[in-house]
Amino acid sequence: MAEALSRQHRIALTGNDAVAYAVKQAKVDVISAYPITPQTFVVETLSRYVYDGELDAKFIAVESEHSAMSAVIGAALAGARVFTATSSQGLAYMWEALYAASGLRLPIVMALAARALSAPINIHNDHSDFFGMRDAGWIMFNGEEAQETYDLTIMAYKIAEDPRVLLPVVVSYDGFIVSHAISDFYALNDDLVEEFLGKRTTGPRIDPDNPRSFGVLALQDSYFEFKRQQYEAMENSRQVIQEVFKKYGEISGREYKPIKEYMTEDAETCIVAMGSTVGTARHAAKTLREKGEKVGVAGILQYRPWPTKEAEQLFSKFKRIIVMEKTISPGARAGPTYEDIASTIYPKHSNVKMIDFTYGLGGRDISVQGVIEIYKQGKELIDKDKTDKVCFYGVRE
Amino acid sequence: MGASVTWREIDLGGSVAGGTSEKYKTGNWRVERPVIDYGKCVKCLICWLYCPEPAIIRKGNEVKIDYDYCKGCGICAEECPTKAISMVPEEV
Amino acid sequence: MSKLEPISKISDLPEEPKLRPGHRLCAGCGPAIVAKIITLAVPEAVIVNATGCIEVSTTIYPYSAWKIPWVHVLFQNNAAVASGIAAALEKLSAEGRARKIPVIALGGDGSTFDIGLGAISGALERFDKFVYICYDNESYANTGLQRSGATPLGSATTTSPAGKVIPGKQENKKDLIGIVASHHIPYAATATLWLWRDMINKIRKAVSYSEQGPAFLHILAPCQFGWRYEPHLTIKISRMAVETRLFPIYEIENGQLKINFRVAKPAPVEEYLKIQRRTRHLLEPKNAETLQRLKDWIEWNWQRLENLEKAGRVF
Repeated sequence: MAEALSRQHRIALTGNDAVAYAVKQAKVDVISAYPITPQTFVVETLSRYVYDGELDAKFIAVESEHSAMSAVIGAALAGARVFTATSSQGLAYMWEALYAASGLRLPIVMALAARALSAPINIHNDHSDFFGMRDAGWIMFNGEEAQETYDLTIMAYKIAEDPRVLLPVVVSYDGFIVSHAISDFYALNDDLVEEFLGKRTTGPRIDPDNPRSFGVLALQDSYFEFKRQQYEAMENSRQVIQEVFKKYGEISGREYKPIKEYMTEDAETCIVAMGSTVGTARHAAKTLREKGEKVGVAGILQYRPWPTKEAEQLFSKFKRIIVMEKTISPGARAGPTYEDIASTIYPKHSNVKMIDFTYGLGGRDISVQGVIEIYKQGKELIDKDKTDKVCFYGVRE
Repeated sequence: MGASVTWREIDLGGSVAGGTSEKYKTGNWRVERPVIDYGKCVKCLICWLYCPEPAIIRKGNEVKIDYDYCKGCGICAEECPTKAISMVPEEV
Repeated sequence: MSKLEPISKISDLPEEPKLRPGHRLCAGCGPAIVAKIITLAVPEAVIVNATGCIEVSTTIYPYSAWKIPWVHVLFQNNAAVASGIAAALEKLSAEGRARKIPVIALGGDGSTFDIGLGAISGALERFDKFVYICYDNESYANTGLQRSGATPLGSATTTSPAGKVIPGKQENKKDLIGIVASHHIPYAATATLWLWRDMINKIRKAVSYSEQGPAFLHILAPCQFGWRYEPHLTIKISRMAVETRLFPIYEIENGQLKINFRVAKPAPVEEYLKIQRRTRHLLEPKNAETLQRLKDWIEWNWQRLENLEKAGRVF
């Protein structure tokens, strides 16, 4: 551990700036982004790096998020290592381009400072924008504080550019709560980042000596094959992510797992959350344990590819699972995380009972006491077998 | 004539090698074909310049219709300054 | 890449264009000729094609007609994609990681005049180093000939039909070069197929200018299927568009507008309208008002260009 830390330095930055710092160290070639609260500071910090000569990259000040994603798609095809960032409406605006990025198999890395979606307009944190892109073919991570957002951004390039993957990666983190809060963390030294990322394996696909056409019309006789190939790349990424997590653990002392576990070894009930709420839930679990409740917390770090193996191994051993979701899916039986867990453990492990709670929409705060109440309500409803509907916590009834 | 490769073999991310359209012969589109009267041809290359396919092969200043691709649009015949090209109905 | 000198003879062009046959564009397609001539006019480039007739018909997997690098992403973003490619090639070529070639964004009037105008404006404002070429067939041809911002006054399209009550599109053609020129870029010009030397040399000039900033070309490319005329008349139609002054040929270079082709005796627009079924209805007496508005526009537009030419470096 001491050896690992010897090539790192301690730094205090906001979540946004931690990402920008990682992007600088990754020596990207082209950045193209459009400001939107609460992502703005990532872009501003990167502009400062470029304008001060600290980062030798092209900064394209595009006029919209749709153009931001389009420009990095173009730059990636030309062989550049790229970066963009957005939130909420910006992500929604570039929605069609997200699918293009993954369909074209481009190693783009994007930061998402998660924010609620209009209407009505709300600039605060929830995960509706994040979950909205879950079928777009992107690898999706969520970091709960600056250390994670920094580490995940560095690892994102290694994963995306792996020839077995060649898929875009989004590193999400809670808008304002993580994006704007300063916390101190360990950053790798510049030379260690370079060593970790290694020699570039992706080169220009635009090559006048070997002219190819990209983004062709694939009719009924070929589209399906392209998509199946893309699906396989996402499947391949599981192995690659595992390798990268392990390698990163060796050099930094921090080895990540797709699902973060806290006090789950002997837990009867598991609270599932994502983002900054995981930290809050850990405090709640600690308090509940002191009262004799056998509770643990599972924090989702890797959402796509959904870590099926790890999820089944973990979630099948609980009596109860209380899922907390910061997103709303009107008309659905349950939220996205619940559905991913349920499809993983059912029908094989039908003895495990689950319930879904929607909380925190539009930045509605969740406290330690709030999680404790969710636990109590959830446990009671599960034991009374009243789990057929999504519950809401924190909204004025 | 379409795609027949499996998903394992298909090109990466919706791409394909350039120039492969030459394998697709569009000559069967036409109902009439251009015929050059080389006695009248002054080698101005206007037909070659304007052919949309291109279905006119040029070597130096000599031109030759490429019937594999010619769609019979008739632009070459229309634009030829010496009326050296005539459009002749395709045999059924 | 060094400056491309103008050509004077057709034989100055390379023998084989890099757009290969086997594509599925209509017989007699004007845009096909534009695409092919681009590959003759410049020794190398990467084409960034917006969704549209050319894109869809030249790259049906597993066939591509482009023997040069070619990229298609979405409908309204080819200017943004081109910005990204240009930035990447500039950086990577300076580091020896890629070879820098001209970037040519190619879009129809649909993507250029309408849905993609925002991205174009952004790229021009940023002074990104690329060429934008609009091939204008005056409708959303690829989706079935719906009206676009480029459809001229009175033309019938599927969403502005020559109806019993409303005789075709009632709005004027958008002044695209006017919008582009307001970004004060080094070079913008109109061109068409009939004036082939002017068109080829403008493509070459635009590519040369793209070393220092954006260059923009608006090329009228008659569409036999959409404009409803016999396919062999494509070049003739392009000639008539110029001679009736419906499509003036001019360029704006470093802020100065210059009319490149003056018609000694402007042709009456009636013949042009008669030969195409999309505009034939304008010759009916009941549509006289729309026809007159079109004629007035032609006069007004030409006089406007004459005035701008005399005004000096106003762009």
